[in-house]
Order: sequence, then structure tokens, then C-alpha cells
Amino acid sequence: MRNITLSQAVNEAFAEEMRRDETVFIIGEDVAEAGTPFKILSGLVEEFGTERVIDTPIAEPGFMGLAVGAAMTGSRPVVDLMFGDFIFLIMDQLCNQAAKTHYMSGGKMNAPLVVRTNMGATRRSAAQHSQSLHALVAHIPGLKVAMPSSAYEAKGLLKSAIRDNNPVVIFEDKLMYNDKAEVPEEEYLIPFGEANVKRSGRDITLIGTSSMVQVCEAAAEILAKEGIEAEVIDPRTIVPLDEETLIASAKKTSRVIVVDEGHQSFGVTSEIASRINEKAFYHLDAPAMRMGAMDVPVPFSPALEDITVPTPEGVAEQARKLMSGEMIHAA
Amino acid sequence: MAKTKTNTEDYLRMYKQMVRIRSFEDNANQLYLSAKMPGLTHMYSGEEAVAVGICEALTDDDRITSTHRGHGHCVAKGANFREMFCELLGKEEGYCRGKGGSMHIADQSHGNLGANAIVGGSMGIATGSALRAKLQGADDVTVCFFGDGATAQGLLYEVMNMAALWNLPVIYACENNGYSEYTKTEEIAAGSITARAEAFGIEAHQVDGQDVMAVNELTQKLVARARKGEGPFFMELMTYRYHGHHVGDINREYYRSKEEELDWKENRDPIIKFRGWLVEQGIASEGEIEVMNAEIKKDAEEAVEYALAAKYPAESEVDMHVFAD
Repeated sequence: MRNITLSQAVNEAFAEEMRRDETVFIIGEDVAEAGTPFKILSGLVEEFGTERVIDTPIAEPGFMGLAVGAAMTGSRPVVDLMFGDFIFLIMDQLCNQAAKTHYMSGGKMNAPLVVRTNMGATRRSAAQHSQSLHALVAHIPGLKVAMPSSAYEAKGLLKSAIRDNNPVVIFEDKLMYNDKAEVPEEEYLIPFGEANVKRSGRDITLIGTSSMVQVCEAAAEILAKEGIEAEVIDPRTIVPLDEETLIASAKKTSRVIVVDEGHQSFGVTSEIASRINEKAFYHLDAPAMRMGAMDVPVPFSPALEDITVPTPEGVAEQARKLMSGEMIHAA
Repeated sequence: MAKTKTNTEDYLRMYKQMVRIRSFEDNANQLYLSAKMPGLTHMYSGEEAVAVGICEALTDDDRITSTHRGHGHCVAKGANFREMFCELLGKEEGYCRGKGGSMHIADQSHGNLGANAIVGGSMGIATGSALRAKLQGADDVTVCFFGDGATAQGLLYEVMNMAALWNLPVIYACENNGYSEYTKTEEIAAGSITARAEAFGIEAHQVDGQDVMAVNELTQKLVARARKGEGPFFMELMTYRYHGHHVGDINREYYRSKEEELDWKENRDPIIKFRGWLVEQGIASEGEIEVMNAEIKKDAEEAVEYALAAKYPAESEVDMHVFAD
């Protein structure tokens, strides 16, 4: 099988879906000739024209609002939100409008749109271009949230998102755009709500999202050398969440760490850990633990930024504590 | 008054639609005052010529977006009393199965994309609907209703900019009723409202919102031009709301006088004005008008009775429609 970058995978997903369905269009800042600052969309405007790869003024609430209206009346827009941090600018249109369209209309209308944006720190972009804000979106009923962990997931999840009849927000880790993975030539979709068990193990479950899947896999390698067999699971979508797979693994291993790049407090790690603690309680040898980003704005200085996010060494250390029973007493 | 509609039937339908709105609101107000309606609501009474003058120039394929003061738009776009009252009372047979209520009432079968409880919240939706029409080569037009208060929202300027850049078939209909909730419009809006649109190169008109014929004539012209790709357009409709910001806003002399309210009701009422014109032109007699009024009153009362007796949604509906299949 061939290897392509996450960026190429996203580009392919668009090309395939836009050929398949002429109601699909892309709208956002510098998406056409510029192909986004990350050059992810390069070439699409040549094939699909400026009517389907639409450059907008710098007006996030405005073009997000346009996407909601277009989606409600028969188009399938994909909003390109240049940085995940800008999600605060579109919150009314996303959460008050798109998320509630289907429910408030008693099921008579819907807003099938996708917001493609990014997340992830350690790119030295400081506090307003480095946040991982997916938990905010996941909190609002009516929105689905996908978090691809590689080029393979990025393509399959984006294609599913475009075909979904609900608003979907996809968070890609901006540090992974050049990372390569095996991606089939032939068409495939990744269904929402199906976790992927990346590595099987009997001693401890490491649940990671987005780039934290790789962090968990690297931690599992470290632990394997010490005789600890970690299971690594990628939920792939946090809404819907494949609770069944996560709970089953927790019951099997009896120890869980949830790793996510959003802020730890009130975040995705808290939610998943709580569900495991509630639903696998009698099978656990220790409370399910959270490892998120530190509860600080992302600092600029590399010396500071790097210590705000979970690392393989940090996850391995936490796993050792859980294995030794230290956390039981700490808790 | 300006004459545009050329046959009696059209005039009479416009009259009836205005009376239907007034009648709907009178009943909705009573439902609130008698504590039979959950929550609160915002009355459209006094502004009927705006919704009717505009919506009578539209087809069912044309879309509108509405506001928290949206019953008038909903009726004018073709909605039925029964489903509307059921929605206001949170009943299963309501347009939104009771999940939207007064502030979110929508009727997509007639192109009403819904009321919106965020002031200015539907400006993007209306403009997006127009973008869809342009991309898909459809000739429908979308009218975005909003109040003078919503002109203070930044979203308006973002979407007018894009609508003008791309010649989208959208008409921004600013219902200037003189008050932004509990504050005089002059205290919240600097400069001219139409000049805001003109700054984007959008053709803007100010029209007497109490004159249904004038509103209709202007809208017909703008809709025809928008269908040909000459949009967007902007209308400022000078009107007045008879009630407070919402039905519970009873003691409002601190922001506007009773004399002012009385003046609008007695001298500038859109229904009285149009009724006088119909009689004067020999289109309907006083007697015929009284018969129409009585029929509408009866229809509204029957719909209220129906809605009061209708059943609530089953509890099992509470988590239905969060996601579409």
C-alpha cells in the first residue's frame, strides 16, 4: 500500500466527495488559489472552480453563517476554519444555529455541514493559534466531533463527515499535516462511533485522541520493554463515542489512562474517565486517570510550551504509578 | 397609496393576511395573560403591512428568515393557525412538534426557515440560503427579516459584504419599529441605517412600513431584480410595535409614552389604512370587510381551542431529533 501525508489524504477526500456530490463546496479564508496556509487544498480550485472552492473575506462568523443557511436549504458546505482557535468566533452560528436546527424544528430541517479545523500545541504559535478546543464543541448536543489520528483516519472520517446529515467538526492536529501513513488507493469510509484498537495489551488501557494516539503508542513501546503490556485505543470520534469498546477494554485491563490535548479540566479526558469509572468500577484496580494539557494558556517559549502537553515519557510514568498501586493510595 | 396589485383577489388576500396576523397576536397575548401559554412571546401587532407586503411578493420557493418577533412572518408566508398555536403551547402537532415554541417557529413547507431568538442570528442563514440558490442555479430569493436593534450586530456587516461581493439574491428587510428592546433606536444606532448598506454598494430603500401597497410594490420590484442576479438589496421599513418588547413588558412609560402609542394606533394603523382604501376604491364594502374580520376571528378562536385541547409530545420525544439520521 502507498504512504501519503495527512494533508494529501484530506485533499483526496475532498476531490472524491466533490466529484461524487455536486452540492459539496468549500468555503473559508484563502482556500482557493492559496490552498490554505498549510497548502492542504492545493489543486482543488483548478478542478472545481471558484464557485465550489470559495475564498471569503476574513469574517469567520459571516461565512460560518452562510454555511448554515446553505446547508439548511440543500447544499453540503465544508467550512475551512484556518485555526481551531477561531472557533470562538463562530460559536453562535455553530452552537446556537447549526447544532439546534434539527431539534428546534422538530426534525423537519437539518444542517449537514462540516467545519474542518485544527488543534495542537508545540508549533511555537502561542496562546491564540495553539489551542485544542474540541471539548467545547463536544459539549453541545447536535454536533459531532471527529479527531483523526493519522492520514488514514483523516481521509475516511472527512468523507463520512461530508456525507453525514448533521453538523460535524473535524479537528486535525496541525503538526501532523506532513506525517505519512498507509492509505488505500481504493475508496473507503470510516464510520463514526467506532473506536480503533491500535495495540492489544492486558495490563493497562491507554485511550488517546488525535496526536495523543501516537503518544500513547510510544508510551506503550516504553512500557513493553519493562514488561507492561498496554492496550492503545483511538476513539476516532468523541461524539459519537464508542463507549462499548472503551468500557470493554477497561474491564479487561482494570487500569486506564485517558490522554487528550485539550485542557485537562472539564475536558474530554474527564468525560471519558468518568464514564469508565461509572461503568467499569467493579473491574478497576485503580481510578481511570486523566492526562490533558495543562490548564494554562499555551505559552510561546519552547522551554515552557513543551511541558504543557502530555508526552510518551509522562504517560509511561503515570502508567507505572498505576501498575504499582501508587495511585490507589493517592486517590 | 401606491397601486401595484392589479386584481381584487390580491388586495383582499393582503387585507385578510394582515387581519389574520392581528387576530393571531390578540389570541396569543390572551393566552399569555391568562397563563395558558408557557414562556413568553413577542407581538407583531402594528407591523402587519411589513410582513404581508413582503411575503405577498414571494412564492413558496422563496425563503425567509424570521426573528423573535416572528408570528407575523410565519402567517404571512402561509402558515396555518392550528399548527402555530399548537407550537406556541408546546403541543405535538405544532410546526416544530413543540420543540421550538414562539421564538423558533419555522414552516419549511412555505419557505420559512425559522424564527431566531438570537437578535441578528439569522442574517448568515438568509445569506447562505441565497448563496445556495446562486451556486445551484435556482431563481429563488431569500428575505432576511430583522429589527433595527439587530443592525448593531457585527454579523450583518460581514454577510452584507459577501452578499454584495457575490451578487447574492438576498433582500435585507430591516423592520425599524423605533425600539431596540427597551431603548429608543436613536440611542443605539449612529448615523443612517440605509447608509450602512449603501457603504457596501447595496441599493437601499426606506419605505413606509404601515402602507402595505407601498411595501408590496417595492418588494415586487426588488424580488424580480434579485431573481435576475441584481441583488442584494436592503429595505428599511418604518413601522411600530403596539406592544412592549415582549408580552410581559406592560409598564413601559419609562421608554415611550402612551400618547405616542395612541398616535400610531389611531392615525397610522396599517389595517385601518388599507381597509379605508379598499372601501374608497369600491373593492370591498364595510359589510364585506366585517364578514371577513368575523371569519378570521372565528378561525383563530377555533384554532386556539384546538391547540389547548391538543396533546403534548410524549416524553419519549425528548431525545429525538438531536441528530438527523
